[in-house]
Amino acid sequence: MARRGTKRDFGMDLSTWSGSNRAMSGTVNETGNFDEMWGRDGALRAPYERFQSWFDGEDPKNLRAKQREAEELFRLTGITFNVYGRAEAEERLIPFDIIPRIISGREWQRLSRGIEQRVRAINAFLHDIYHRQEIIRAGRIPQEMIARNDAFLPQMIGVAPPGGIYTHIVGIDLVRTNDDDFFVLEDNARTPSGVSYMLENRETMLQMFPELFSRNRVQPVQNYPRMLRQSLAACAPSGSGGRPCVAVLTPGIYNSAYFEHAFLADQMGVELVEGHDLRVVDGRVAMRTTRGYKPIDVLYRRVDDDFLDALNFNPDSALGVPGIMDVYRAGGITIANAPGTGIADDKAIYSYMPEIVEFYTGERPILKNVPTWRCSEPEALTYVLDHLDELVVKEVHGSGGYGMLIGPAASKKELAAFRRKLRARPGHYIAQPTLSLSTVPIFTNKGLAPRHVDLRPFVLVSPEGINITPGGLTRVALKKGSLVVNSSQGGGTKDTWVLED
Amino acid sequence: MDHDPMPMRLFIRHTTRYTFDTPASHGLQQLRKTPKSTHHQQVLHWRTDVQGGRREVAFEDHHNNVVELISFEREAEGIVIVSEGEVEVGDNHGIVGRHIGPAPLWLYRRATDRTRAGAGCRALIREVAGETELDRLHALREVIARAITFEIGASLSDWSAEDALAAGRGVCQDHTHVFLACAREMGFPARYVSGYLMLDDRVEQDAAHAWAEAHVDGLGWVGFDVSNGISPDMRYVRVATGLDYGEAAPVTGLTIGGGGERLSVQIEVAQQ
Repeated sequence: MARRGTKRDFGMDLSTWSGSNRAMSGTVNETGNFDEMWGRDGALRAPYERFQSWFDGEDPKNLRAKQREAEELFRLTGITFNVYGRAEAEERLIPFDIIPRIISGREWQRLSRGIEQRVRAINAFLHDIYHRQEIIRAGRIPQEMIARNDAFLPQMIGVAPPGGIYTHIVGIDLVRTNDDDFFVLEDNARTPSGVSYMLENRETMLQMFPELFSRNRVQPVQNYPRMLRQSLAACAPSGSGGRPCVAVLTPGIYNSAYFEHAFLADQMGVELVEGHDLRVVDGRVAMRTTRGYKPIDVLYRRVDDDFLDALNFNPDSALGVPGIMDVYRAGGITIANAPGTGIADDKAIYSYMPEIVEFYTGERPILKNVPTWRCSEPEALTYVLDHLDELVVKEVHGSGGYGMLIGPAASKKELAAFRRKLRARPGHYIAQPTLSLSTVPIFTNKGLAPRHVDLRPFVLVSPEGINITPGGLTRVALKKGSLVVNSSQGGGTKDTWVLED
Repeated sequence: MDHDPMPMRLFIRHTTRYTFDTPASHGLQQLRKTPKSTHHQQVLHWRTDVQGGRREVAFEDHHNNVVELISFEREAEGIVIVSEGEVEVGDNHGIVGRHIGPAPLWLYRRATDRTRAGAGCRALIREVAGETELDRLHALREVIARAITFEIGASLSDWSAEDALAAGRGVCQDHTHVFLACAREMGFPARYVSGYLMLDDRVEQDAAHAWAEAHVDGLGWVGFDVSNGISPDMRYVRVATGLDYGEAAPVTGLTIGGGGERLSVQIEVAQQ
């Protein structure tokens, strides 16, 4: 079973990166690091000016009380949604830090242009890869990268998803190293999670610090559920009528993101369903209601491809709907995100993203990729072997940080062992440099202290356009010097502000 | 010089009967039972009737097969699926022609669980010799026929190529899986074909037939029937293709509830 379990985390997320980050903790020169509030030299950066003047006037004791109050609010949300009892709410609680991360409107504009470009390219790539495969014919991606990739789903070949959209919801993981330098770590094109935290964080900040929002003009995020519903509805199969039926498919209460599934369904005003609530009826996928079966036009599924359809995929899965792929291929339902989108956020494909963006948009990529050496290429392999102690080496098809080497933290013995592995099977590995990630202050007992962060903006895609919620989810490594932002490993979250300029 | 004989007109009726000992609560069946016209087979007319179930949707899959999804309801005690029609077949010495898609040719080099080459397949490949690619594929066909004796009832439907090789007995499905595993290992794109064969001495055929096709540069797809030791001729009607039996089977089903399922198949192929 996919992701069943009680661990609180945002799915897979940064797990591969966190491994490298873990090793980097302590090796990063904290003083030379780029802080989003204080820059490199301690001069307050413009987006934080109004916040700083407010913060200076606050009593730390009062703020500490507010911090505790915030945590209580999160607990209550879980309980309000009837998802958790008090003890479980405690369990799922991800630490929240009250100091917002602030991004200027100008910075955001550039960032969102980059995100939009990338998301367009990803959708064009997915369409191409499941149709004519022009990018392979053009020699821009080697055929083996697709042919030998488990994330390529043959059942999607020749399928035309309604509206031509493959990735209805995308969460692009970004890190920052400088004023203008953002790097994409991962394109989450399957079922990115974490958006409920973005919404809860803002809600909490609005309740506790209304005065901050009158001093700063912060772009709203609260309309995300409405936009999500609108965006999904716009992707309904043709002939769905004026008000398409949207539903959220969850694997059930044991899934680590169940709260989010329930929360989003509630906020959108749509049904939350499980596989056993659905079946094929009259050529459609329909949900059981008190008045019989009601056909679904758009299914926002939070169930992985493999578990989606026991007739067509994993026959042991009870989480999905047998026959849904048949209905989908016949054009009777929209599955969001489309099956097979994993080929676009695969690690092996990641290193080709600059080529992919250029190939489909005809433009140079606005967002940077982390430079990646593909060890299958002899020159790259030579470089990697020569600089192994500076690099992070990952298995192309691995996940979860297993089987990786963190050069700066590795012993001589480990390095030697990995050299042998690299020489034996170079095609199995990629290597990346360690980046010096930005920090944002958190609130501690001793006042503000810098901590490393990443950012996951949430992007909605429909035939009507691309909608990027200003901000997204900021995850923060609460431990000093740490770069691990995973909630299961001492990571927390922050409210993310994009200012109106 | 080769003289192409007149095309042959075949009448086919394929009846599949499922009987449930206790009624099923709900079930689905994917049918791949509709032959398509190609340049050597012309489907004159064809229909599939389902009793005890209903047709939900139909679509064409990535192997260009016509797929129909059938559902059956609570209280169903059995289903009868009858496919029948007439197909005119010409002889082209097993050559099906260039790859059309929509799946890219490289997909047919993918091993599946049923067609993964192991030690058994690799040992067979070592016996294969021949000048041209075509020679080597024919040699492969002969080597497999020697390694696996055709015997009805000797194998299980979920056997892999290596299972069949280890047993040394099997049916057309097993022959075909071994051929696919070896051909792919040898570098050829290869696919499973399910269809009909008119055995000359009878109208009632024992079972639906299966054979393999491999892609040879310059010729395109070429058929190889290991069980009968030939390349398909005008007695063969192609119905569905896939990477293995699972993707080309006439019926793939899933039943929720219902105990004990009995299947009976009746196939008639006759020359008109």
